Amino acid sequence: MKEKHTIILTVMNRVGILARISGLLAQRGFNIESVIGALTEDPDVYKITLVLYESERAIEQVTKQLNKLIDTIKVIDISHKNNYIIREYIIIKVKVNQNTRSDVIELIDVFKAKPLDISQTHIITELSGNVRKVDRFIDLMKPYGVSNYVRSGEFAMTEFNNENK
Amino acid sequence: MKGSKILLESLLKENVDTIFGYPGGSVIPIFDEFYNTNKIKFLLTRHEQGAAHAADGYARVTQKVGVCIVTSGPGATNTITGIANAKLDSIPIVVISGQVPSGNLGTDAFQETDMVGLTRSISKHNYLIKEVENIPKIIKEAFYIAKNGRPGPVTVDIPVDLMMQEVKNVKYPTKVELPGFKPNIKGNPKQVDKLVNAISEAKKPLLYIGGGVIISKAEKELVELIKKTNIPTVSTMMGLGSLPYDSENYLGMPGMHGVVSANYAIAECDLLIAVGVRFDDRITGPRDTFAKNSVVAHIDIDPAEIGKNIFADIPIVGDAKSVLKELNEKVKNRKKDDWNKKTEKWKNENPLKYDQKNSKKILPQFVINKVNEFVTDDTIIATDVGQHQMWSAQFYHHQKPNRYLTSGGLGTMGYGLPAAMGASFGFPKKQVILFSGDGSIQMNIQELATLALNNINVKIIILNNSFLGMVRQWQDLFWNKNYSATCLRRNSECKAQCKGPENDDDCPNLYIPDFVKVAEANGVKGLRTDKVEEVEKILKEGLEYDGPVLMEFLVEKEENVYPMVPAGKMNNQILLGD
Repeated sequence: MKEKHTIILTVMNRVGILARISGLLAQRGFNIESVIGALTEDPDVYKITLVLYESERAIEQVTKQLNKLIDTIKVIDISHKNNYIIREYIIIKVKVNQNTRSDVIELIDVFKAKPLDISQTHIITELSGNVRKVDRFIDLMKPYGVSNYVRSGEFAMTEFNNENK
Repeated sequence: MKGSKILLESLLKENVDTIFGYPGGSVIPIFDEFYNTNKIKFLLTRHEQGAAHAADGYARVTQKVGVCIVTSGPGATNTITGIANAKLDSIPIVVISGQVPSGNLGTDAFQETDMVGLTRSISKHNYLIKEVENIPKIIKEAFYIAKNGRPGPVTVDIPVDLMMQEVKNVKYPTKVELPGFKPNIKGNPKQVDKLVNAISEAKKPLLYIGGGVIISKAEKELVELIKKTNIPTVSTMMGLGSLPYDSENYLGMPGMHGVVSANYAIAECDLLIAVGVRFDDRITGPRDTFAKNSVVAHIDIDPAEIGKNIFADIPIVGDAKSVLKELNEKVKNRKKDDWNKKTEKWKNENPLKYDQKNSKKILPQFVINKVNEFVTDDTIIATDVGQHQMWSAQFYHHQKPNRYLTSGGLGTMGYGLPAAMGASFGFPKKQVILFSGDGSIQMNIQELATLALNNINVKIIILNNSFLGMVRQWQDLFWNKNYSATCLRRNSECKAQCKGPENDDDCPNLYIPDFVKVAEANGVKGLRTDKVEEVEKILKEGLEYDGPVLMEFLVEKEENVYPMVPAGKMNNQILLGD
């Protein structure tokens, strides 16, 4: 059964590392749901959060193959772990008119989202939170007319008192 | 110091004394360094693919890292097949390619190809060096990665301008720092204990060994384990030679063209102990049918191999030598029992066979079997790919590890001649014999000149059946004898469709090319026969000659390799031929 897996990759900050990872996934027939990566506190180390929809068995294979890359330091599938804080960030553009503007702003308030730009016809707002919150916010905006949005994809960090940094 | 000199010094620090390659615009500075040193033996091949395979053959016999240096663009892309071949057979080679000047990178400059991009999925790791100061560090890492853990090819791409840059204080690292590369050598003791228990509980244990045993030099530990436990043993093609062919408890090679006993044993065993193998589809057939009565223990240094093709009940990540050593200390002695008798009965009742007595034409198996009379334990055999490869796996008397060079994973036609050449260049005093076919040999036949000019003493045996025999065999057995594009003598006089030359008086049957003339044109001694009674004489003359020889045997055209487990069938559904 295919299900969502969130994988945290700790890798060396080397030229072409993203190409190695995406190449490996493509070569073995995996679709990437989302991928986000950036440098960490150590400039030699790069951290990538990857979301894949695959079976348990396929994920086991892919984590082993990712581990095999020389530049990979660590691979963790956090899907069945609850000691991680997982967040996503979104910027969304919603259509508004005189009748709907206050409703939309009210929802933005409730979600503790932050308006970035407001015009006669649109509101652009940003929001961060767990994936369900982001999904729900998009859902609630849809009836007003969502022009477009960009999502960051998931990124994660361990909670305190955990051996995994 | 100049970049090119730094590169040479870095290679010398890795104890490189032999390099294969081909020059070109982007590597002239490197070759200029070679001009001024006598510490490197350099072999100029006639094609970069030859250089890559030669480095591979050299690495297999010497157990050192094979090195090849080529220019950018076409020089680099010509090594691709050689790199992929080394990857699939886990052979440590380092391929150094020149690259266009740094300033031209990414501009589609003359002879520019993205070597790092091209080799990403077929190398173990690869580098593009961007700063001249990094040459020593990256060369050190490249060799370290190539030979440690599961070995494999590493490529290093170097822009030509770096070779001319001067550096004042060159630092050569003494060790590598690769936080992401720490192969696990010692197997988990608890897992080894589990295996020990499984062995004592098993009624029908079977050892299934492969190339990992040879790579980790575990043959002594393997012999000890078999001596102690009397577990019947089968070996993959890559594992041939880790046990002498006539060892007690040894059944032979399983798989598509494996022996009956080995395949039956896999189908019936209740504990399969896999050591340094990767459950290739040519062994397993449909994976859900493979060893389905069996608990599977899998020992391998590469964690990604474990559970990839076949689920492992007892996974042990570690070096074969280290794990077998620990296993030998813990495992209880086991006496031969009914299971041993059963496997031996299978073996005795189903020997490999051919019928030369009732054939007027030379049978290829007969030639290979005859070669056994002219060799020593130390003889190095190389093969190309196809029917002759399977027959040499079956009929040659494998005695020692690192003595059988064959393209197991990639199945690269054209591998044999350059690999044999690389092996002989590494060990000039050893006897090196190549088995090839009339198809394969033509894929890198340009290296005949390299043999002659450098007096590289390779004895080439071509089993010429005028066909791409392995494909023709499949057409014969499964494709209604539609010999589409498999006859190497097909020409403009031929009928549109052809079911083979037998019983066809109109067959033009042109003998092209004349391999003896090709050999002689290249300065290699050439011999030929189509007569059964001359086989021994030709072998004697050719193998005793001092220098490279090409011996061509015109053999039965439509001989098939048996036993054969057809693709998609289970291991005990075996075709045995007539």
